[in-house]
Amino acid sequence: MMWPFNLMGNTFRHGIHPHDFKELTRHIAIQRMPFPDRVVLPLSQHTGAPSVPVVKVGDKVFRGQMIARPGGFVSSALHASMTGTIVAMDLLPHPSGRLVESMVIERDPLSPQTLFREHATDWELLSPKDLLTMISNGGFVGLGGAAFPTHVKLSVPEGKKASFLIVNGVECEPYLTSDHRQMLESIDDIILGIRVTRKVLDVERIYIGIESNKEDAIELLAKNIPADLNCQVIPLKVKYPQGAEKMLTEAVLNKEIPSGKLPIDIEVIINNVGTVAGIGRMMITGQPLIERVVTVTGPGINRPANLLIPIGTPLNEVLDYCGGLKDTTRQILFGGPMMGAPQLQLDVPVMKGTSGILCLTEEDVFDREEYPCIRCLRCVDACPVSLNPSLLGALAIKRHYEEMLDYHILDCMECGSCSYVCPSNIPLVQRFRVAKGLNRERMAKKAAQTKSA
Amino acid sequence: MTAPKLLLTTSPFLKHEDSTPFVMTRVILALLPVSLAAVYYFGMSALLVIVATVLGAMFTEYMTVLSGHARRNTLWDGSAALTGLLLALTLPPGIPLWMAFLGGVVSIAIGKLIFGGLGGNVFNPSLVGRAFLQAAFPVTLTTWASQSNLDDLLRMRGDHFSIPFMKSHFDGISSATPLSQMKFEGKIAQLSDLFMGNISGSLGETSALIILLGGVYLFYKKAANWRIPLAVFIGAYAFAGALHFANPEKFVAPMYHLFSGGLMLGAIFMATDPVTSPVTQRGCWIFGLGIGVLVIIIRTFGGLPEGVMYAILFMNALTPVINRYTHPRIYGEQKRKPVKEAKS
Repeated sequence: MMWPFNLMGNTFRHGIHPHDFKELTRHIAIQRMPFPDRVVLPLSQHTGAPSVPVVKVGDKVFRGQMIARPGGFVSSALHASMTGTIVAMDLLPHPSGRLVESMVIERDPLSPQTLFREHATDWELLSPKDLLTMISNGGFVGLGGAAFPTHVKLSVPEGKKASFLIVNGVECEPYLTSDHRQMLESIDDIILGIRVTRKVLDVERIYIGIESNKEDAIELLAKNIPADLNCQVIPLKVKYPQGAEKMLTEAVLNKEIPSGKLPIDIEVIINNVGTVAGIGRMMITGQPLIERVVTVTGPGINRPANLLIPIGTPLNEVLDYCGGLKDTTRQILFGGPMMGAPQLQLDVPVMKGTSGILCLTEEDVFDREEYPCIRCLRCVDACPVSLNPSLLGALAIKRHYEEMLDYHILDCMECGSCSYVCPSNIPLVQRFRVAKGLNRERMAKKAAQTKSA
Repeated sequence: MTAPKLLLTTSPFLKHEDSTPFVMTRVILALLPVSLAAVYYFGMSALLVIVATVLGAMFTEYMTVLSGHARRNTLWDGSAALTGLLLALTLPPGIPLWMAFLGGVVSIAIGKLIFGGLGGNVFNPSLVGRAFLQAAFPVTLTTWASQSNLDDLLRMRGDHFSIPFMKSHFDGISSATPLSQMKFEGKIAQLSDLFMGNISGSLGETSALIILLGGVYLFYKKAANWRIPLAVFIGAYAFAGALHFANPEKFVAPMYHLFSGGLMLGAIFMATDPVTSPVTQRGCWIFGLGIGVLVIIIRTFGGLPEGVMYAILFMNALTPVINRYTHPRIYGEQKRKPVKEAKS
């Protein structure tokens, strides 16, 4: 590892340097948003099987009460994010653009919205297994955006070992500042969360990776981390997509995750800093994952802010709370500008994995007229996994999807760096998504055929 | 709140501000000082030749647009104009205009369009045009007018307005280039003259200083890869240096090679053509080194005084192979295996 000899901070090969636009919300403290009149809780907010409801329409539920249990191992529990009544269970608009089975809670106007069974946990007395069950029951998922269930990540498979825990405070997506603000404001929760995670995993070393555009957070954490924690803050060079697991492992440990494998295969576990803070908070109050910090930002919103939002709050309520949209707003995204998902309806709910709400105006909508590839090598130089996007793009146009497998299309993380740099406006990552999807489908079909034969 | 009109596109929603026409325009911009220097040294002749080649190139591009074979209007994306301009800079100032025009036509038609237009070509289009002219009209292409300054602005350096194909011989005001002087007469020009452009030669191979300045602008704006010219210089310098070291009597000092002929222009503006150079950084180093060594071999041992054009065209042909074997190791891949170039 190069640090601390490398003053600029560690980093990974390739990548891009977009402007970070974080100045809009960097200095704004997290505010709690008032409870909306109703929340919509999709049963699928995470990677894996949908949750299974344990309450029915008409039931009264309390804030923090479990309303759906995990629908399998790779799944997550779901909790009521405010006290009220379940008024509907139906297919409702979901930020993915599909209709998804969701529960609707109408707020009890008389309730003080205190937490269901608020209590502190003496976590030091609990065994790692009990702690893991607690995290699982808390419905935690990765809050960085992928929403992968945390208890699955923290369950080290038989025969494998976790030696390094990397806490991901990189926040490399432009515009987003929710992780940054949490590192500044919830440092005790983060430290407690790290302690709990360490007990679950029994890791040797802990690193917190933070990009150097968050100098205040780096300083604060480095100063406040207790010596007994064996934890080191690693300043990283500002570069996208450093927050991706593969890139972060390379930047912090100078190790690579083998192609097609998981971080645990090289004894690494990576957890988002917001998730860690949530786990810490649960030990103090017993609060499961029912609210999250969301950066509402962009040139298209009147009052950018970092908000603590109850999960399930409809998008339009959040936008109203932030002073509404400007007339010129043309795009609303869940997540950051590089990998975020565009929204067409304003009644979709904020979910567990929603790290930001970004409003872009007409001026940000760029020209997408496509020119031929001039093989300028910018995409080859940008691709963090060192693929050849220029060549893959040419194959995708010809629909040679299967041939793309030979050029490692499945290693593509869809970070969008290639599309960002392409001077010919070729929708590279967009075509790669299609190619990956079709290849996965084809492979699944093949696997099914060989099974039945 | 009234619902806004929302646009549905997919991520990423940020984009680097460079576009392909913009990159082309930048290269043309970087070539402006070189073109102005050509006018300074060769008067109106230089301007006429530039206009003729650019017209030839753009006329051919326009014909494809008219014929309906182009997918969109490619006339103004800058690539045809750039090809024409680059071709002009490799030509002698006294060339008849119809030849220059024909060179522009061949550059675009054979150098680019038959490969499918921008991005599809294997060889640098302007060098294809130049190679055609060199093969068809060898005498004209090696008759160099001597340079002068602004006093001679309006004097023609050759029989510009001759009727196509009607003249078998060529009468320009001839003077030897430093490279041919060296090769055939054993005379060596002053390095400072080479640097400032006080020499005869093609339009664009006069002042190394001005070409370098244009290059620095390009590298700063990332419109060209600085590794390629650097590798060319290293390759040429090392190889010429080794020869010079072995036999200083027979072989000239390496610095002389760097600043004479079309090496500067070729290395900075032609070898860096993105379409025909490798897509990997390591490949670009190999590509450049190859050009540098080949230039010295052709200049020293070949029958021609100058070899930049053939060196670049030869390495252009090798580019797909270089791409295949220099692709960086993919993240998380343990063993390195060569990535195959797509069949197209």
